[in-house]
Amino acid sequence: MKLKYAMAFPLTLLCLTTARADDVQVAVAANFTAPMQKIAEAFKKDTGHTASLSFGSSGKFYTQIKNGAPFQIFLSADDDKPAKLEQEGMTVPGTRFTYAIGQLALWSAKDGYVDSKGEVLQKGRFAHLAIANPALAPYGQAAVETMTKLGLTASVQPKLVQGENIAQTWQFIATGNAELGFVALSQVMEDGKLKAGSAWLVPADMHTPIRQDAVQLSNSKGNAAAEALMKYLKSDKARAIIKAYGYGI
Amino acid sequence: MSERTLTARFKLSRPEFGLDVDLVLPGQGVTALFGHSGSGKTTLLRCIAGLERAEGVLQLGDAVWQDERTFVPVHKRPLAYVFQEASLFDHLSVRQNLQYGQKRVAQQERKVSLEQAIELLGIGHLLERMPARLSGGEKQRVSIARALAVSPQLLLMDEPLSALDFARKQEILPYLERLHDELDIPLIYVSHAPDEVARLADHLVAMEDGRVTAQGPIQDVLAQLDSPIRLGDDAGVVLDATVAERDSQWHLARADFPGGQVWVRDGGQVIGQRVRLRILARDVSVTLEPQTGSSIINAIPARIVELVADNHPALALVRLQAGSIPILARLTKRSAAALHLHPGQAVWAQVKAVALVG
Amino acid sequence: MSDADWSAVYLTLKLATLTTVLLLLLGTPIAWWLARTRSRLKGVVGAVVAMPLVLPPSVIGFYLLVLMGPNGPVGQLTQSLGLGVLPFTFTGLVVASLLYSLPFVVQPVQNAFEAIGERPLEVAATLRASTLDAFFSVILPLAKPGYLTAAVLGFAHTVGEFGVVLMIGGNIPGATRVVSVQIYDHVEALEYAEAHWLSAGMLVFSFLVLLSMNTLTNRRKTA
Repeated sequence: MKLKYAMAFPLTLLCLTTARADDVQVAVAANFTAPMQKIAEAFKKDTGHTASLSFGSSGKFYTQIKNGAPFQIFLSADDDKPAKLEQEGMTVPGTRFTYAIGQLALWSAKDGYVDSKGEVLQKGRFAHLAIANPALAPYGQAAVETMTKLGLTASVQPKLVQGENIAQTWQFIATGNAELGFVALSQVMEDGKLKAGSAWLVPADMHTPIRQDAVQLSNSKGNAAAEALMKYLKSDKARAIIKAYGYGI
Repeated sequence: MSERTLTARFKLSRPEFGLDVDLVLPGQGVTALFGHSGSGKTTLLRCIAGLERAEGVLQLGDAVWQDERTFVPVHKRPLAYVFQEASLFDHLSVRQNLQYGQKRVAQQERKVSLEQAIELLGIGHLLERMPARLSGGEKQRVSIARALAVSPQLLLMDEPLSALDFARKQEILPYLERLHDELDIPLIYVSHAPDEVARLADHLVAMEDGRVTAQGPIQDVLAQLDSPIRLGDDAGVVLDATVAERDSQWHLARADFPGGQVWVRDGGQVIGQRVRLRILARDVSVTLEPQTGSSIINAIPARIVELVADNHPALALVRLQAGSIPILARLTKRSAAALHLHPGQAVWAQVKAVALVG
Repeated sequence: MSDADWSAVYLTLKLATLTTVLLLLLGTPIAWWLARTRSRLKGVVGAVVAMPLVLPPSVIGFYLLVLMGPNGPVGQLTQSLGLGVLPFTFTGLVVASLLYSLPFVVQPVQNAFEAIGERPLEVAATLRASTLDAFFSVILPLAKPGYLTAAVLGFAHTVGEFGVVLMIGGNIPGATRVVSVQIYDHVEALEYAEAHWLSAGMLVFSFLVLLSMNTLTNRRKTA
């Protein structure tokens, strides 16, 4: 008898945890870290579901998802990778949508270093300009396009340092190792204001739009929280948070 | 013969061990530092070498190696040191080991040639070998030759034979004797082995608990009766003699010493060769007249110097003087009383056994 | 393999060689001191030297970025010396690698010194060799196996360095883009074929390094 009870207890616990199904694993592109944390908070308050967030580079998430990583939702920094996963049949069909359009910013940790028109780039009196690796990160790609459009590619090239992702790029600038660099506005903005330093908001016509797509992955079937979160990302409340960090919708 | 004495005064106090010595050692011959392990003999040797730092004064002849202001580093002292284990440099061949010290000595100070050192230790056939391919005895011979090759003014040896078995010891001892006989280099030899000391030492320093308990010429120290220094289990003396006659019929050799002569078993020595004899007190008896009708062939005329009680109530130790040589005899107290033995008395020492130790 | 890949390979070998040579020079006095001192500081210094063994590379990289940056104490020093700041430079990578691979060089050499012990130095001193003389004529030759291990480990560990380079390198071709970072970029960019070439190369390299070390060790034991 005793043994039966002893075995029944952990079994019950196990059933409870699986049956709750109110937890969703989300892979989040590094640039969307801050807004997603707020959204997850609000999501929990409003729906009771929990979103467990992992932050990192979209390329790494793509490789991990392809190799069986247990994510149910993927918020990419671009639109290529979710589309690719969709083609490869790894997603729930019809769930892909653009949750945010990235805003590129030329930013420096120093006040007044970057002027509101970005002319600091032309003067070129800096040792290092940080960008995200353009081969990997859409913000890096957008930064390169912007510089090409400004005709600065050749003059700036020797001063470029690359972060592996947009978070590391921000770190280079924040620690002063690079005087300035291209980051996502969301990284340096909060509640519609610049947190520190000085920035130039790069006009949208300087580069192809940074469409950030979300997709629900095929292993999320039967997960109520995953469906709820996809819906929640389109809600007014979530959109307001996203906008407050400088993204377009 | 150089007459440069070695003055050594050292004080060292450590929690586990102390050293307190004040010695003047002869600048020639072999001085044995003798004592149990832990008596401080190795520490004293290391202080003399400069491998250990103790407060004190150290002087060889006029050269001050250490005083309040001076401390000559080891590598600038004209000495050589043979360690307990051979400590050859494993990455160098025997020849390179021998050359290591020699090439660091100025040309004009090289008195012992490499060939001489090689010949003395009989290692000519080993020169191209690596140390890993030598036996224990060969290694130690190489390390002694290596020490000699620096032409030291003082040679220090720390139990160079203790790591070797009996056969290897017998292999090396003759070489050490040759050093003694052929080189004019003072040798300080640390040992706790009575046979080595009896065989090699001219001068004996007995140590205990970091202090010197007796010192002097080995004959004198061994013949002291007040606090007898014993080499091994029994009291006894050593004496140096010269082979004067060989009796081929009976395979005996006569060894003469100042004050007498003894017949010993012929060990193949040549006439005129110096030998070291050891006579134990228990092998010596005393008679008032020369005996006839005795199997004992060695009777030495002597004079009684002193009588004392031995460590058993039945026994007495008697110190005799034969010429300049002291001899100890052990008798029962009853015999001493029956013969009315007293200091100054002329007697005959009957010696039952003499050991030829070297 | 592309030119960029070859450039990364060349840079990696250059970094590892330079780091190894410098570490053998700088590590020797440290190992010597650690092997022979009776100072109470020995434990502290030994722990500092060993720290890169247990610290995540991200910690080392992060602190180096902050310390060597224009506002960090090291950065202020290098700037005042007219050297500029070290992150994003090859020199910066060398400095980081020195720290990162330090224990891999110091410890084998220290072990070798400890195994040799005091005696050969004492013997050499009684044979007229000063400590410095004895170090070169006796200690170094006897410690050769330790140095060999140290050189191989230091070199291999520097080649395998990733986290630290990622954090202070800035991914500059020819200056800071080493093989491990290049592989990471290939994987991130989904260029698996290119990643395979370099990765397989690293795999073979690591195997050969360890194999040669084992062979050397065995040969010494049987010799």
